This record gives sequence, structure tokens and C-alpha cells, in this order.
Amino acid sequence: MGYGIRVRIKGPRACFTRPEMHVERTSYDVITPSAARGILEAVYWKPAIRWVIDRIEVLNPITFDTIRRNEVASKVSYRAAKAAYASGTGALGVNVVEDRQQRNTLYLRNVDYVVDAHFEMVPERAGEADTASKHYNIALRRLRLGQCFNQPYLGCREFPAEVEAVGEEDELPPSYYEGEASHDLGYMLYDLSYKTGQDPMPQFYRAVMHRGVIDVAAARTAVVA
Amino acid sequence: MEEIKNRYDFVFYFDVENGNPNGDPDAGNMPRIDAETGIGIVSDVCLKRKVRNYVDLTREGTAGYRIYVQNGAVLNDRNKEAYINNDIKQESKKLPKNLEDQVKVTKFMCDNFYDIRTFGAVMTTEVNCGQVRGPVQLCFSRSVEPIMPAEMSITRMAVTNSKDADKGKTMGRKEYVPYGLYRLEGFVSAPLAEKSGFSDDDLNLLWEALMNMFENDRSASRGLMTSRRLIVFRHESRLGNAPAHRLFDLVKAERADANPSRPGRHFSDYMISVDEDNLPTGVTVKSFDYIPPQE
Repeated sequence: MGYGIRVRIKGPRACFTRPEMHVERTSYDVITPSAARGILEAVYWKPAIRWVIDRIEVLNPITFDTIRRNEVASKVSYRAAKAAYASGTGALGVNVVEDRQQRNTLYLRNVDYVVDAHFEMVPERAGEADTASKHYNIALRRLRLGQCFNQPYLGCREFPAEVEAVGEEDELPPSYYEGEASHDLGYMLYDLSYKTGQDPMPQFYRAVMHRGVIDVAAARTAVVA
Repeated sequence: MEEIKNRYDFVFYFDVENGNPNGDPDAGNMPRIDAETGIGIVSDVCLKRKVRNYVDLTREGTAGYRIYVQNGAVLNDRNKEAYINNDIKQESKKLPKNLEDQVKVTKFMCDNFYDIRTFGAVMTTEVNCGQVRGPVQLCFSRSVEPIMPAEMSITRMAVTNSKDADKGKTMGRKEYVPYGLYRLEGFVSAPLAEKSGFSDDDLNLLWEALMNMFENDRSASRGLMTSRRLIVFRHESRLGNAPAHRLFDLVKAERADANPSRPGRHFSDYMISVDEDNLPTGVTVKSFDYIPPQE
């Protein structure tokens, strides 16, 4: 795991939606490895690499807040779009008044995480020029310059994330949970596995915080699908 | 139209006088408020709705500027304009493979609908044809200072049901903010624009919409809402030259009077400043007080 990076991820709001409570979105207590991976991918990703999250440190106390918004129930209809594409006419819009749903979101306030991650090469997608050091340096440069493919976000796109690289010499504030030897967060989404083909398979892991730190690398060995 | 080649981040100020910028369905339509700080909130989707409405209003019937998520009635007759696909279809006759079909349909939706190109949309039913992530991303808007929502009782000199006829009149309530200056932060990603086909014209339309959306959204509940200032940071490169939060920190709205003795009640009570001296290299900033609507 030579090419590990450490980033600090923070923002005023976050919602890492629990899959069992996704209609009226309820956030997990802390960021999921999958959301952290998404943040790194928003900064830098190529098919030749795969980001893996190793450790998540929770700096701020876990607090929640709620917001209710008007949303629509439907998605864009592929069938209607295809029919319109073929025939050249057709109605495609969604009527937001008729299709309205009010949904609640229970989101996290003032989150601040330190995440350790590394990437693995994906041999079948890597070309000759894809060396680990090349990808590592590009990712690090982007983090230092504040560059990104798209603005990283904390679970939902309306909750932007501040992401910065953490170096050896950077001092970090202590975790709010430093004095807490063990804080069990229960089973959490680890990530989605796309190995089986089109349908992603959710994988879960037991997230336990020791003094504010979730050792994802150790918990990974006991991931359940 | 070519897609945008630069990343942008922007800060947008708007204010409300004696109106309710965004009601909270959880709190009996009171203005949204951050319970911890008293800071007022306007949701991301609230402003996206207004951008859509503005584009729908001003570009109605223009090919490529339709709005997918519409307010009120969906008018079928509006589809008279030719769909862009028809001539694409002829030249690519021998590519009927399923995946390419899906890409074509997604592109067709992007080409036709401004809001899908800009904010994205989930396009998925039985076929997994994925989704469009739009290049434009908005945050929650926050008021510069805590707001003080007020409630007003009003009367109506009529009743709805005949059984109440002897009462003569009904009472209602109106919630409003006497004054609030709100700040929105937003992002425009060039790599995502390349995927959805979001062009420079589209970007200019976004700025125009932000600066004019309240002018065409008057209602009894809104009071006087005004777009006050739009500050656009343009990065030299497509991935950006500085972190967004560093740019946002350069923009401040402060009270014009250092020690104000009364609550802010007008835009002139505030001063918006951009610290251009500390602009990171590779980033240029432009500030707009007004963008005239294009017909």
C-alpha cells in the first residue's frame, strides 16, 4: 500500500442516506466508505485505478438536522424519450404540481473527517503508461491545487465537500470521540459491488469507532453482501 | 454549440423584503431557518425551480430550450418544433446496438432540454440507461445575518363554505421575513458539461436567469425579492485552479455601518466586497449587478 493518501473532508451539511430509509432520507451517523470513494473519484479517477478507503476518522460530534422539500415522484421515462426520438414528436415533461411529494431529509451538521485511502491498479484496464506513481502524483497535485472533475459532495450534490490533502506535518484537531474507546455504529453500507454485471450488489460492514477512528481496512475482511 | 472549457464557481446574492423566500412545509410554511443559528435558508431546489421557470418563460418554443420538470400544466401542443434527432437518425442508421441506442436517447434528452443539460436528470426505467449528472450544482442559500421571521394575521371578507356564512369573514396567516440578504454558492464543472453538452450560451443563460428570475416570479407570498449581485470565478483550466472554498472566502457581505444599532432592513445596509488582491493565479473574477434579459 505504498501510495496511500490522507485527505480532510468537511462541510456544513451531509447526507449519507441509509438504504433502508431512502424515501424520507435518513443519513448514517458517519460517512460511508462508498461516499468517501465517490469524493476521491470526483477529484481524480481513471479506469486504470480503483480507490480503496482504509481509515475514517470522525473529528466533529455527530449532530443531525432536518429539512423537508417538495420533490417529484417520477424519473425521466426512457421509453417515452425513445418513442419521441423515433417519431419526432411527443410530450416528455413532468408536471411538478401533480407529481409532487414532500420528503424529509435527516442530514448531518458540520462534518469533518480525515480519510486515509489508497488506490489499486486495475490490470485489465491499465495501459503501458499507467504507472502507480503517475496516478498518485496527478491525484496529489489536484488535491493540492483544489482541482476536481466535478465539485465533490457529501452524499448529495447540494451538500458540497471541502477536500484537501493532509501532509505529515499538518496538525489535526483531536477527534471529539477521542475519549470513547468503542462506539458501535452498527452495520453500514461498505460499497456497491459491480462485479456481478449490471446490477450493483450492496455490501455491508460493521462500523465500530475506536477513539473516533473507524479502521475500514480491518473491517473490510468481514464485509457481508 | 461547443461545451464550456473552463470550470466556474460562483457566489450569488439576493434579498427579500417583507416576503417569504422559501417556506418550510415542516413548519407550517414559515421561512426556512437554521434552528442552531437563526440563519435563514433557501433550498437548492427552490432556486433551480426559478431558473427553470425563467428559461421556460423566455425561451418557450425555442428548439433545445425546453424544460423537462415543468410547473403546472404540461402542454402537448408545444412539441411543434422539430425534434433535433431527426437528421441525426438518418446518418447513423446502422448502429442499432442497445448501448448506443441508450446513448442516443440520453443525448437527445440533453439536446432538447435545458434543465437536463444544466442540472442533470435520472433517466432510468426498465433499461438501465443511467443518468445525466448536470454540470451545475447549487448549495443551500444562507442569509448573511440571522433572520427574524414574523407572522401576520389577515382577514378575508368572505367564507368558503355556506355553513360558515354567518361568520362573515375568515382569518388567515402570512409568514414573512422583514428583510434578509441571502447568499448562494454554486459550481459549474467543465468535464460534466462536456458530457451533457452544456455550452457557453447555456452558461450565459444561467447567469441571465439568476439575475432575472425574481423579476418574473412575483406573488403574494414572496414580497419584494431581488437579485443583487453575481460574482463569477472563472478558472483558466477545465479542472480548476483553486479550491472553491478558498474563492468563496474572498467574498464577504458586511454591514455598511460597522456598529449597526438596528437590524438590516435594506440592501444599502450591507456592503459586498470581493478581495481581488488575493485571487489565486489562474482565476479571474467578474461581478454583475445586472444582466439585461435577452429576448
